[in-house]
Amino acid sequence: LVARLPEPTFRLPREKPPPRPRPPTRWEQFARLKGIRRRKKTSLVWDEQAKEWRRRWGYRRAGGDPSRAWLAEVPAGADPEEDQFARLRREKRERVARNELNRLRNLARAHRAGSAVPAAPLHPTGHQDRDELRRVARVARVSTASLGRFQPRLPKEPAEPPSRSGGKKRRFDPLLGNLAAERSRQLELLRDMGSKKPVLDITRAVNKQLRQEEAEAAAANKGKKQSKRGKRGRRQQRPGRSGKKSGARRQQQQQKPAVGG
Amino acid sequence: IYCYRKPKTKRAKRFLEKREPKLNENTKNAMLIKGGNANLTVTEVLKDIYAVKKPFAVLYKRKNITRPFEDQTSLEFFSKKSDCSLFLFGSHNKKRPNNLIIGRMFDYHVLDMIELGIEKFVSLKDVKNSKCPEGTKPMLIFAGDMFDVNEEYRRLKSLLIDFFRGPTVPSIRLAGLEYVLHFTAVDGKIYMRSYKVLLKKSGCKIPRIELEEMGPSLDLVMRRTHLASDDLYKLSLKQPKALKPKKKKNISHDVFGTTYGRIHMQKQDLSKLQTRKMKGLKKRPAEKSAEDGGAAPKKSKSA
Repeated sequence: LVARLPEPTFRLPREKPPPRPRPPTRWEQFARLKGIRRRKKTSLVWDEQAKEWRRRWGYRRAGGDPSRAWLAEVPAGADPEEDQFARLRREKRERVARNELNRLRNLARAHRAGSAVPAAPLHPTGHQDRDELRRVARVARVSTASLGRFQPRLPKEPAEPPSRSGGKKRRFDPLLGNLAAERSRQLELLRDMGSKKPVLDITRAVNKQLRQEEAEAAAANKGKKQSKRGKRGRRQQRPGRSGKKSGARRQQQQQKPAVGG
Repeated sequence: IYCYRKPKTKRAKRFLEKREPKLNENTKNAMLIKGGNANLTVTEVLKDIYAVKKPFAVLYKRKNITRPFEDQTSLEFFSKKSDCSLFLFGSHNKKRPNNLIIGRMFDYHVLDMIELGIEKFVSLKDVKNSKCPEGTKPMLIFAGDMFDVNEEYRRLKSLLIDFFRGPTVPSIRLAGLEYVLHFTAVDGKIYMRSYKVLLKKSGCKIPRIELEEMGPSLDLVMRRTHLASDDLYKLSLKQPKALKPKKKKNISHDVFGTTYGRIHMQKQDLSKLQTRKMKGLKKRPAEKSAEDGGAAPKKSKSA
């Protein structure tokens, strides 16, 4: 005789904070972009030589024990003096090292993404490392009306080094610098002001804006219809999407926003 | 699993997976620790509570010389090593005799701690009655309006529920409801009593309930408290959205338990409605032509 208990109404605190969804790894991002899906592999493979079903990898695997391989063919175009066994061993070591490196990089990326909480109220967890605390302190100092310029420092806190870049808009040339450059710049300005031809080519600017809008619309549509298309759709739609040049061009376009003087 | 070293065996991987934060969490484990000078009463109390919480508790054998209210690092270290989020620390000194600190952790840091003093204690072996099997899920009763009014008592109630709850189950066997823990808050004291439920034969299907005193009974008085700040407590209460039950649309329940559903209909043409066919009411051809009034008589075939 079993009774069904109703849903619990009394809220009790959790043991650990809820798990954060980890960001996708580099491969997962690429696979999502291309529409590659996981294929479940069979655990047993037919071994033609032994004429039975063997494991795919592990104890008594299908292709025979790789450490007992007594023959290593010299591939066409390789140095005949080279030790092929040593080459195979070295390549395996390199593959393992590269895999481990990528795994650590993915972990670091996930950790960085997890701790980059921009505007949430920063609750001290008690185990934040020094860099996080410094970052937090800097954010707190800069969040005043005068952007932290008149904020008193603690007795032993080091003064903030003036950042050389100072952001994109706060970069100023030194007052007494290159006199020739200043002269040429001023002359060019005068020439542009005096000339009859307009500095802004209206048709080119409008075309650029239209192209940018089209690209944005295409990106929005692609986000919606992603599941329906597959590899084929993706290949047909965007021929040069992840190329370096098109990416750079797109970046440049985005940097010049309001083109319509 | 975020760790620099990947676990090399499946067993290690399972061990780590058990301890990582999950959507539906494991049952909370409790660690029962003896302080620097713990006398017989306090040791007996810890042993009895260990017996009540049996599979989900760890009883530390050695004495640990720490002061939880001053320094919590030792407790946090133990909690991390044994994956326990509840603790019960017993100690005794002249200033605070028969001291019991009950507390819980969030993310391996101390969330709440309440110090209770034991005034009277009757242990399991002093009460000569039959006992419940180990691991029985108890029923908890809280009597006294102090548990609702006073903030500290409210936290204590939440702590005690957390401590003695046991595993969360969707359904329970009625014959297995054997153990009752009754907490009363009156006159600044907290009385804890345990009863065994005896189901006696009665005339109808529902058996007659009788409560028989068994098990540890404690008279406690609240001493110091170390409660978590409001925002930390709220953070610990936060449940992920995935756990919220999915609401089915167009279904509603009323107070009496009746389920109502809504059906959305399209606009209907009532003249073309398909109703029941009553053969007797069907119009005969003679009647039909009389109605038409000879307006459109059948055309006779002309040769």
